Amino acid sequence: MAKGLYELKQSKKIKPNNGLLYEIKKNKSIYTMILPGILFFLIFAYIPMVGVITAFKDYDIKKGIFGSNWNGFDNFKFFFSSGDALKITFNTFYLNLLFLIASTVISVALAIFLNGLTANGFKRISQSVMFLPYFVSWAIVGIITQGFFASDNGAINSFLRTLNVDPVSWNSSPGLWPSILVIFYIWKWCGYNLVIYLATITGFDMECYEAASIDGASKFQQIRYITIPLLMPTILVLALLQIGKIFYGDFGMFYSIIGDNGMLYATTDVIDTYVYRALRQMSDFGMASAIGLYQSVMCFVMVFGSNLLVRKYQSDGALF
Amino acid sequence: MVHSKIKNNKSNFMYNIVAYLSIILFSLFCLLPFWLMVAGAFTDETSIIQNGYQLFPKKFSIDAFGTIFAGNRVLGAYKITIAVTILGTCSAMLITSMMAYGLSLRTIKYRNQISFYVVFTMLFSGGLVPWYILITQYLKIQDTIWVLFVPYLINPWYMLLLKKFFSTIPESLIESAKIDGAKDFYIFIKIALPLSLPALATIGLFYSLFFWNDWWLGLLFINDRHLQPLQLLLRALVSNLSSEVQALNPNAKQGIIPPAYSVRMATSLVTIGPIVLFYPFVQKYFVKGLTVGAVKG
Repeated sequence: MAKGLYELKQSKKIKPNNGLLYEIKKNKSIYTMILPGILFFLIFAYIPMVGVITAFKDYDIKKGIFGSNWNGFDNFKFFFSSGDALKITFNTFYLNLLFLIASTVISVALAIFLNGLTANGFKRISQSVMFLPYFVSWAIVGIITQGFFASDNGAINSFLRTLNVDPVSWNSSPGLWPSILVIFYIWKWCGYNLVIYLATITGFDMECYEAASIDGASKFQQIRYITIPLLMPTILVLALLQIGKIFYGDFGMFYSIIGDNGMLYATTDVIDTYVYRALRQMSDFGMASAIGLYQSVMCFVMVFGSNLLVRKYQSDGALF
Repeated sequence: MVHSKIKNNKSNFMYNIVAYLSIILFSLFCLLPFWLMVAGAFTDETSIIQNGYQLFPKKFSIDAFGTIFAGNRVLGAYKITIAVTILGTCSAMLITSMMAYGLSLRTIKYRNQISFYVVFTMLFSGGLVPWYILITQYLKIQDTIWVLFVPYLINPWYMLLLKKFFSTIPESLIESAKIDGAKDFYIFIKIALPLSLPALATIGLFYSLFFWNDWWLGLLFINDRHLQPLQLLLRALVSNLSSEVQALNPNAKQGIIPPAYSVRMATSLVTIGPIVLFYPFVQKYFVKGLTVGAVKG
């Protein structure tokens, strides 16, 4: 009897048609729902990937991407021999590294402090205040930058004047701007990171802390020996994800704060702003595309590598 | 023992001082730019020209607001921003959630391959130039309202986040609806979406914030002044102040200096106004979105 049923089951398992068309036909309405998404990525992500051949062409608007003449590695040669390549690659890497270190240290410290406080109203309000800058666009940050740092009528210089101190010529001092960029980065992102770290800390087991305080550990010791070690995996994962994007400069930020002020390019010009200028101001499509490809490849290596590492620490934190 | 307790109390007292002080100082640091924006918007123009921006202005004036609402440039930019935010958020939510729902179903054989097709776009991109050429020379949608949201209709992170939410819907629920004869699309609208409302609200708010604040698409593709969103107008006020301010109020009398520096701040203020207004109500959704999704990106 049992054997008969088994055979019946087996025979009913008529080898179904496993083909693509069969699957699509079977779930036609679901695939119809996915289709707009597939088309979106096809048009706005995959077709541009084919377009990277522009990097190897002497692009002519009239002839289009496919009609333009090939020119091998000329676009790359031009870019790398100009000396700008090293400068903007270094700036992108260095500034992003500064952002990462400064914002991680500050937001972890703030999250730990905020978590240790007992006044709930104060906690809620201060968290709201610190999260608010995340909602401000970079275009507005650009205006605020002018408000504080304009050489002629910025708030800082007008304050210095009231103290009879010589005003600082911000607009022509490239050395000062990495710090200013870091300050605005911290302003915009620390509240955002704080939310994540705070949620992680709130999830920790309270028993550790109770045991530690019975054993006579002070709050500083509890932070040093419990909170920070427990928080380390989250810090590492977030930092690795940031490192994956280290060759990607936030165009909105740099262009709003620095704009077209060429005097500051030495320390603040990043790959993204350089590509933008090559494209829009010089209309050098070939070179802009070559730099873009160079950046994409660097980003790919970094994202891929950092995700492999993330997967080691926290499997569901990784992209793939 | 007693000795160490006293020592600890002392150290905990120190801890509280350090903690409160650093939180208060950082909160003030966060508020300072907002304060400058408000102070600058209400300062008399000649005072800014003479003394620069001040945190505590000596001469109060509302001329800046008079100027930005005199012409219809700011109102027009407002309309464009609102239209783009509504159109963009609605259409982005529609196609993002449809895709996320489809990919969350275990009965779909190719869901992993299609998910990878999406994830790959986060790993590698063709760069700015081919994308720019595609939009301006092949799709030719520059200087239309479409270009301000269509290129950003699906954010892969948000799609994957929604997919995760949809996959928590019990399969048996969908099964039983199917047995009762419900069509897939009907199940999506009547079961999947209502069950994921908090997640949808979160993602919808992230999209709206994104569209409200975006100026990259406008900067690249909009030359027509009538289609400028607010953020692009702000950008123009930074790079080309005096002529832009004159364009704001074409009816102003000749010879009178228009309030330019205060107009910058006033325009920022009206741009950020709606966000600050909604902030107390929507903050919790953003916090939720971050704590669920952001560790993953």
